[in-house]
Amino acid sequence: MAKHHVTATLNGSPVEFLCETQQTLLEVLRDELNLTGTKEGCATGDCGACSVTVGGRLVCSCLVLGAEVEGKRIETIEGMASGTELHPLQQKFLEHAALQCGICTPGMLIAARSLLERKPDPTEEEVRYWLAGNLCRCTGYNKIVDAVLAAAGEMRRA
Amino acid sequence: MADTVLYPERELKVVGTQPVRPDGVPKVTGLAQYGADFTLPGMLWGRILRSPHAHARIRAINTKKAEALPGVKAVITAADLPEQKFDYVGPERVAINFWHMTRNILAREKVLYEGHALAAVAATSKSIAEEALKLIEVDYEVLPHVIDVDEAMQPDAPLLFEDMITRGVQPPPTKPSNVSKRIEFKLGDVDKGFAAADEIVEASYKTKPVHQGYIEPHACLARFDTDGQAEVWSSSQGHFVVRTFTSRLVGMKVGDLRCHAAEIGGAFGGKTVVYVEPIAVVLSKKSGHPVKIMMSREEVFKASGPTSGASMTIKLGVMRDGRIVAAEGIFKYQAGAFPTSPVMNGCMCSFAPYDIANVRTIGYDVVCNRPKTVAYRAPGSPISAFAAESTMDLAARRIGMDPIEFRLKNIARPGSQTVWGAKLAHAGFAETLHALQKHPGYKAPLGKNQGRGVAAGYWFNGGGESSATVHVNEDGTVVVAEGSPDIGGSRASIALMAAETLGIPYENVRPIVADTNSVGYTQATGGSRVTYATGMTVINACNKVIDEMCVRAAKLWKVERADVIWEDGHARPAGKRAGEFEPLSFKAIAAKRTATGGPITASAAMNAEGQAPGFSAQFCDVEVDPDTGYVKILRYVAAQDVGRAIHPGYCEGQIHGGVVQGIGWALNEEYIYDRNGRMENPGFLDYRIPVASDVPMIEAIMVEVPNPNHPYGVKGVAEANIVPPTATIANAVHSATGLRLTDLPMSPPKVLAALDSARKR
Repeated sequence: MAKHHVTATLNGSPVEFLCETQQTLLEVLRDELNLTGTKEGCATGDCGACSVTVGGRLVCSCLVLGAEVEGKRIETIEGMASGTELHPLQQKFLEHAALQCGICTPGMLIAARSLLERKPDPTEEEVRYWLAGNLCRCTGYNKIVDAVLAAAGEMRRA
Repeated sequence: MADTVLYPERELKVVGTQPVRPDGVPKVTGLAQYGADFTLPGMLWGRILRSPHAHARIRAINTKKAEALPGVKAVITAADLPEQKFDYVGPERVAINFWHMTRNILAREKVLYEGHALAAVAATSKSIAEEALKLIEVDYEVLPHVIDVDEAMQPDAPLLFEDMITRGVQPPPTKPSNVSKRIEFKLGDVDKGFAAADEIVEASYKTKPVHQGYIEPHACLARFDTDGQAEVWSSSQGHFVVRTFTSRLVGMKVGDLRCHAAEIGGAFGGKTVVYVEPIAVVLSKKSGHPVKIMMSREEVFKASGPTSGASMTIKLGVMRDGRIVAAEGIFKYQAGAFPTSPVMNGCMCSFAPYDIANVRTIGYDVVCNRPKTVAYRAPGSPISAFAAESTMDLAARRIGMDPIEFRLKNIARPGSQTVWGAKLAHAGFAETLHALQKHPGYKAPLGKNQGRGVAAGYWFNGGGESSATVHVNEDGTVVVAEGSPDIGGSRASIALMAAETLGIPYENVRPIVADTNSVGYTQATGGSRVTYATGMTVINACNKVIDEMCVRAAKLWKVERADVIWEDGHARPAGKRAGEFEPLSFKAIAAKRTATGGPITASAAMNAEGQAPGFSAQFCDVEVDPDTGYVKILRYVAAQDVGRAIHPGYCEGQIHGGVVQGIGWALNEEYIYDRNGRMENPGFLDYRIPVASDVPMIEAIMVEVPNPNHPYGVKGVAEANIVPPTATIANAVHSATGLRLTDLPMSPPKVLAALDSARKR
């Protein structure tokens, strides 16, 4: 079957790609567009490692088909820093040792940014429930929660 | 190294600070390359065909239709791998048998578990590879299977290996069984000990296999060139292990295989073996193209990991004053489809925290129709500790003693005898218990349906073989090339120790995990060995660099080498030449390398000994919902002897992470099988690891009792923390409900059933 031709906006720039019908947005990002910062942990929407935003909405890119993003605005981890300036969340994750292996980190950061866009002053409990869809097996979540709360504080002051 | 060196305490400038890790930025920007993130021109996608049956004889495999599918470039089966000799090799605790290993990579005579690999394809796209798997025809003769360890030990159980005679029994049994091995450790006279005891407490326990649960599935990229040389990029705890195993399984010279350590997305012991690497190499060899293989999450659950489930009985003899006079443990561990579970570790670690005169532990290594078990964080110890530390709690209750006091009364100290013969050589256990006892929460009042539990745990920690090379750059910066894949921040701890030793800023040290052709042999990252052993190797290499810097300074000053000392990152004239010249900085000497003899570089390699064991003691508060059986963790406090925290943030992180994995093990995680021996929960939705909203902030107490055998006092920190949680929580549930739960996990239905049956009584 012929591939689909899709045009979209990716991290602020126009992008076009061809994809098979069954290819997920995750596969398109990784295999067709060489953006491997978005990770596959389960491909069933259970781990959050592939979190991106589509049209401003937080999604698991493994649950979205490539063909579905025609005309949409996609944001991935590769677009999080502004040039060489890290996003406060990225900076706080580093300062708080909030990553060990780092495989969940891109998804965590994207999900946390989505939270702070909606709720600039979350409680610890709100952070924990918002990030409940993003699995981390290394950190026990302490330092991730600390880093998100610290970044929220800094962003409010900015 | 036969003798260990005792290092005096010293003032530290860099060690103990918390800088950003050297590999941090690429990991927060998405640019770090993990196992699945590598590509090569002309690359194909590999996929693996797996058994739908728990146990079946393979009558025939027909790959012709798959080979004929356009886009398919290679199809392989076990016939493409050389046969291996049946032989257990290596130290007994971690013995390997390549006859088994090759059959786990690709099944030969039989498939032994659902998910067992038996063929693989390489094709130009993922979808073609997937399509090709459906065209491979396998003729199975389905056989009866066995999942549970107690059932697998029954005389009429279906046999996985029709000729398996239990090792370690004299005289050897005449009939085959699923018991691969029996082991026994003895100290003193347990029968006498029990006869003298005021009280005897005995209980039996069961645990389920749990998966390491790393978020990154196994993945690799392989390229095999027609001259017989190959390269592999893979997510592994040991790229030298990948080289050893893959070259052996594929049948190539070690020197022809170059392995690169990709960034690794979690492992916890589960990536100390190979699954996809030999298959990718053979597919590449057969197709003439590079091949990438990524496991799916379902494959990870069904065909990699987990650690053993077990059936155990513990008996303790205690005096009314709290002294334990006899301890006995019987441990039956599932090995999975092939022999070698961590039962030997279980036998050794179960009572290791305590000084007990009379101990006997007996272990059985049992095969069953499940995936072959692999190391999982302190392999074997958390399983036996669940049983031993639950029974410790019962014993403390029986004599009416505080559980920390009871443990302190019996705690092992330097000189205490272990059941395996060695004497404990290090302090730190009692200190850790004292630190836990002092936590203000330990005496805090509890509410309705709430309870508090205590447990402790032991892990050996590791030394072993490591190599490193330090290169001094012309601007005074340094590259440290070492061979230990970094799974939790070890590049940070290595750079801190190198900077401390050289007397230069942390930011001037750039550590890398070098490939197998760029640094000497280094054992896998595991056993909490890296910061200790690889760290010590790097320190040795740095000391050689310092010596060379002094030689260069002597040349510049035209003085004897003996008249130069190294102090605070500078060469200084000393002895009869003291004060004659301005000190030369590291940077100044580095800039003069060409004029003073050329490149400045030093290597070190060692088989490190003298590691100190890990010990953790923990308490937690839980609330048990009487209507649902849900156990909520209200507070969790974990004290651990870390020796010296090199990077306190990552050190603490190890404690948080180990505890939360233990919470999952205690409350949720288990392999669930249907009656056909098929796993019913091979995904993160149904195999539920803890999520952020399940747990509170874990309170870590780092106790620092330095290891005198390491220049900076390091003890391993990664594993001891996962040993106590299951019993800690079970003991807390007992305190909350009056009920002793002896089966893991303590999931809501199980807790509710226990509450209901107590209510009926």
